[in-house]
This record gives sequence, structure tokens and C-alpha cells, in this order.
Amino acid sequence: MTAPHPDPAVDLHSRAAEQAAEIAAARKDILRIATAGSVDDGKSTLIGRLLYDSKAVFEDQYEAVERASAGGDYVNLALLTDGLRAEREQGITIDVAYRYFATPRRTFILADTPGHVQYTRNMVTGASTADLAIVLVDARKGMVEQSRRHAFLASLLRVPHLVVAVNKMDLVDWSEATFEAIRDEFSAFAAKLDVPDLTVVPISALHGDNVVRRSEHTPWYDGPSLLHHLEHVHVASDRNLVDVRFPVQFVIRPQSDAHHDYRGYAGTVASGVLRTGDEVQVLPSGLTTTIAGIDGPRGPVEEAFAPMAVTVRLADDLDVSRGDMICRPANAPHVTQDLDALVCWMTDEPLRPRQRLAVKHTTRTVRGMVKELQYRLDVNSLHRDQEAGELGLNDIGRVKLRTTQPLFVDDYARNRVTGRFILVDEATNATVGAGMLVPGS
Amino acid sequence: MTTPDYRLSQLETLEAESIHVIREVVAELERPVLLFSGGKDSIVMLELARKAFAPARIPFPVMHVDTGLNFPEVLEFRDKRVAELGVQLVVASVPDAIAAGTVKEEPNGSRNRIQTPVLLDAVEEHGFTALFGGARRDEDKARAKERMFSFRDEFGQWDPKNQRPEIWDLYNGRIHLGESIRVFPLSNWTELDIWQYIAREQIAIPPLYLAQERDVVERQGMLYAVNEFITPREGEQVRRESVRYRTVGDANLTAAVPSEARTVEEVIAEIAVTRMTERGATRGDDKVSDAAMEDRKKEGYF
Repeated sequence: MTAPHPDPAVDLHSRAAEQAAEIAAARKDILRIATAGSVDDGKSTLIGRLLYDSKAVFEDQYEAVERASAGGDYVNLALLTDGLRAEREQGITIDVAYRYFATPRRTFILADTPGHVQYTRNMVTGASTADLAIVLVDARKGMVEQSRRHAFLASLLRVPHLVVAVNKMDLVDWSEATFEAIRDEFSAFAAKLDVPDLTVVPISALHGDNVVRRSEHTPWYDGPSLLHHLEHVHVASDRNLVDVRFPVQFVIRPQSDAHHDYRGYAGTVASGVLRTGDEVQVLPSGLTTTIAGIDGPRGPVEEAFAPMAVTVRLADDLDVSRGDMICRPANAPHVTQDLDALVCWMTDEPLRPRQRLAVKHTTRTVRGMVKELQYRLDVNSLHRDQEAGELGLNDIGRVKLRTTQPLFVDDYARNRVTGRFILVDEATNATVGAGMLVPGS
Repeated sequence: MTTPDYRLSQLETLEAESIHVIREVVAELERPVLLFSGGKDSIVMLELARKAFAPARIPFPVMHVDTGLNFPEVLEFRDKRVAELGVQLVVASVPDAIAAGTVKEEPNGSRNRIQTPVLLDAVEEHGFTALFGGARRDEDKARAKERMFSFRDEFGQWDPKNQRPEIWDLYNGRIHLGESIRVFPLSNWTELDIWQYIAREQIAIPPLYLAQERDVVERQGMLYAVNEFITPREGEQVRRESVRYRTVGDANLTAAVPSEARTVEEVIAEIAVTRMTERGATRGDDKVSDAAMEDRKKEGYF
């Protein structure tokens, strides 16, 4: 056996290097993706395929996988997403794993959520920040309970774009009829869920058909390949640019000679566009003033929009602290101590009426009490069980909460940032629930 | 920077996310500290911390776990940067801990494992409750499952099976006495993002990251530059080669890679076409086993 040798230096003047540098330097945006499905649906193979075909997999990882899948007909791409030893030992996937890949048009952050264990908790974690969710369906099995559940959770979290990847099309002889039956069934289900944008793609993750390039096996399919869709899906209109919401995160007071009078309110824009000179209102005081200036990471900026992290200076010296909200006088969020929400419960100890919890909403944390559990939702049938006395682990239900202090809220359907909160158990400090505000009854 | 369609580029998005995380920690946790080694990731993290609180100073100290096996250029850089920013530097010294008998030198000379108890002792001594680390999820499969806010028990241990769900950007930094949170503001950055940000923001880095001619020896397929910790062994040929460092760890273990990249822009071009992961190419200590990182993280390693 010969000792390995270091790779030679990259020729920086080669055409490949120049092209790569150009692609790397191009201005891109980020698309956040959540994938859902079980091992059997070929999810890991699909992710491995996306990573490999987009060159996000490095040679040493690939060699390790080649060694591990020796003897098989194909290199097992699923092993590229293989996780912790604890997972391999138990043959399960624990928790959400994040993967990164890029094309000349976009960079992608992919939250890979396991399908079986702790599915709600994992899917909610992965989908909470996603622009797009991919649900995998095995073409031989069609839509199963889990497919419905994943689509439901994506719609509950209002992931703006849903892709159904009908996988293993090679195992149904690329049957157009099979594909259409699944597509129609899914479309009918999605219509009940208020899914704004649904795309269904026939693929073979194993062979790569319609993953990166259009396949010759599906002449009847005139849609894009999966990656082409990911690169081109239009996300600019997904954000709320209308309602100005700026939760104050931290007050910056340098107290130095150079910046003696500086007082800035640091935070991340939740929605809307803030401009210097705008008249604004600060909650809870209700006082109005104007924006004197906005400081971004590279100095003053004229305007700020989500998700920019900026520091806002106000014209008047008001008493503003963390947890306050800056908005426009004619467009303020609801100020309320009564929350109506769909809650995903994430711990073994059930949620019950009269339970006390900490509620973290934007930068404001208050105490709250469960006033009422209105119903528990069956994620598969969408049936509402109004007799339910509690929410167990991974259950979703409609809950009324009363908080000790007012929160500044919008409906989740209108504003994904000011319409959400988490619930924390104050004894264990565990995050036990995620809530999405719905219009009160 | 404003764009007509109100979209941020990937670097601006990552920057905003990191600044949000750093501010959230300072708002919610009592005594944060930022782990600063003088390596490129911690340099970027420190720059993001500066931006998060400008024009005020960074409102927390930085800490260096000093293994005593540093590249001198990196130490020099560390001290210069800390002085420029006017932040307090806490040094947790592995040689001091060895001298005091709290840890024992390992036979292979690696101080990678024994730096963990030194780190944990310093955390306890100073009462730090939140530790900013520059780890990225693209580095390793154990890191791929790490949270932005990673809860640690009183032994600094990571329990991958029982992580707090992390939903939206609503981070839960609540802890009991003795527990702490490891915070990874760069979780979603890739190696290429780090370099593009260094180029874009014109951030100073130690010269080791750029190629220059060095005397090197070859060991197990990796190139080690001859320095005060690496001397040629019998039978090893010293040769002159243009190399640079992709990561900067302990000087006795970190290999260099053949490279002609003499500017940050050339480094970006090189990385964009390089087909080897960062750690696989340069860290002798991660080759030990497939699960090396997972094991060390469970013990409280960063």
C-alpha cells in the first residue's frame, strides 16, 4: 500500500478555477428548504443526489461512502446524509440535520427532518423557517398517512411553497397514470389545507431522473426538474412588506465620549419597510415620534426590511426597552392578553387547562395560563376532537391562553413573525410548545 | 445595502441572522463570553459581535483556550485585534493546568482532548453562562445537528438525543445554576461564505491563511511546515513548497495545503474548486475515527 499524497495546488488560472470563482462571487439569495418523509421514501437518497449533483459533496466524504457501500450496484447516496453513531446503532434518525449546497443562482439551507420518531416536533422545527417544503411520496404506495401529515404540518406553519416529489417512478415503469393519480389525490387534499403553491414532480432519486436534469423517461411531464424549480421558485412576494413591525431586542447606549448622546434600538425587522423620517408609534406606551436614523451593519441606511438586523434611532427621547414594538400609528398590531392559537405540543407531560407557562413572543417573554383547550386536531383526518382534555406529545390543538402582560400580535396567516410564540416550562426550562395565532372566536 | 426588490443576498442574510443571535444572547443571558482563537471563523464571529453593538463596545469578554501550541502569528493577531476592539481577554491556559496537575499531557502530544477540562474550569471560575463558538454545521456530521443555542449541563455535556426544539428564531436561553448555553452564530455559514465575507468586509486575518513558500515535511499524505513544534523526523525530506493553512489549530497537528493563493480572492477561487473537506484535509486529530467529533462534543468540546 502506498502512502497517500497531498493534492497538488489548485491551478488558479485554469478555466475551472476562474468559473468557480465567478460562480462563488455571484450575488445569490438563500432558499430554506425542509424535507419530510421516511427512510423508505428515499429521502436520504434524494438529498444525497442533490448534494452530489450540485457538487456540495467533497471527495473524502464520497470515498467514505463508496467504501461503505462496496458490493452494491450503486454508490449508496443515502449514506452521505448519515448522521451520528447513536443513530446508526439504533437504526433511527434523531433530530433535524442541516445541509448546505449552492448553485450559480441560489444557496440552499436544507433542514432534513426524520419521518418517524418525534415527527411533529422535528417537522415543526425544520419547517418553521422554511420557504419551501418537499414531501416525498413513494410512487408504488401513493399518498399515505405520513404524506398527509407532512403536508398538513407544512401548511399549518404556512410554508409558502410545497413540492411533492413522487419518487421511485422507475419502479412503476414511469407510468403517467400512476403519477397523475397521486398528483390529483394530493391536489384535492392540498385544496382543503390552503396550500398557496403546490408543485408535483415525478422523480427517481436513485437514478437522478428529474432531480437535477429533466428525464427522458417522462416525455409526458412538461414541468421543471426538482432543482430547476428550487432555483427559480419565486419567493420575493412571500414576505409581508406592508405592516411595519420592529420588536426592540436590545438598547444600545455607548456611554462613551465619542457617542455621548447615542441611544439606539437594536432589533431585527419582522415585517414592513422602515424609513428614516417615518412617523412611528412605540408599544406599549403608544407614544409617537419619527425615525431619526437607521444604522445597519455597514453604517447608516435609508430603509430597512425583513430580516435585516439594524439599530433604529428615534427623534424623541422616549422610554423604550426590550420587548417593546415599533410600528406605524395607523397600522398597529393587536395589543392583547388573550391569545387564540394552534399549539404543537412537544413534551411528554401533557398540556392541560390551568397550566402555567412562559410565553416567548418576538423579544417579549411573559407568563401565561392555559384557559381552555378547545379541540385537539387529528392530523390525518383533520377531525376536531372537542372532548379532548389534554394535548399529548406531538399533538396539535386549538388553545386559549391568558397572559400576565399584553403582547403585540398579528394573525400568523398575515405575519409569520408577530403571529408566533413558543411555550417554555418554567420548572424544567424546556421548550414545550409552538403556537400560531389564529383569529379569535 | 438596499436592493430594489427588498431581498438580501446570502451573505447579508447570514450576517443578519448571526447579529440577531448575538444580541439575543446578550439580552437574555447574564455572563456571555466569546471563544476567540485568532482563527478565521472566530475572527468573523468577533466582527459580527462588533457590528451587533456598534457604536458601543462589545459588551462581553473574549476567551482563548491556550494550548501552548500556538502559531506565533496567530497569537500576535489575537492580541492586536483584542486591543483594537478594547475587549477584555481571558486566557485559559493548558500549560498552566498541566503544571498545576489538573490535567495530564497525553502520550501522543495532542492537547485537543485535555483542553476541554481547562475550558470548563475557566467557565466555572468566571461564571460564564453563555459561550459563543465559531463552529459551522457544514464542518462535520455531528455539527450538522447542532442547535444555534445548544444547552449544556453542569459538566458541559451535549446530549444529541435530547436537544431543545428550536423553532423559528425564538431561542430559549433559560438555564439553571451551573448549566450553560453554547451559542453558534455561524451555524448556517459555509467555509466559502466565511471567505466571501472576509473579502467583502475586508477583514484582517493572520498571514498563515495565505500561501507562501515554507519548509515542509510530508507525513501520512499531509504537509507539515517545519516550526518550533514540528521538526523533521529521521528519514523525512525537508522541501520548499508554496503552502497555506485552511484551518489554524495547534501548531504541532495542523497541516498546510499546497496552494498558490496569495490573496483572499485567490483563496475563494481555490476553495470553490477544491474537492476536499476542510477538516479531512488538515486535521490529524479528526482522522482517528468516524465519530471522533461526536465523542469530543459529548464531553464538552466545542
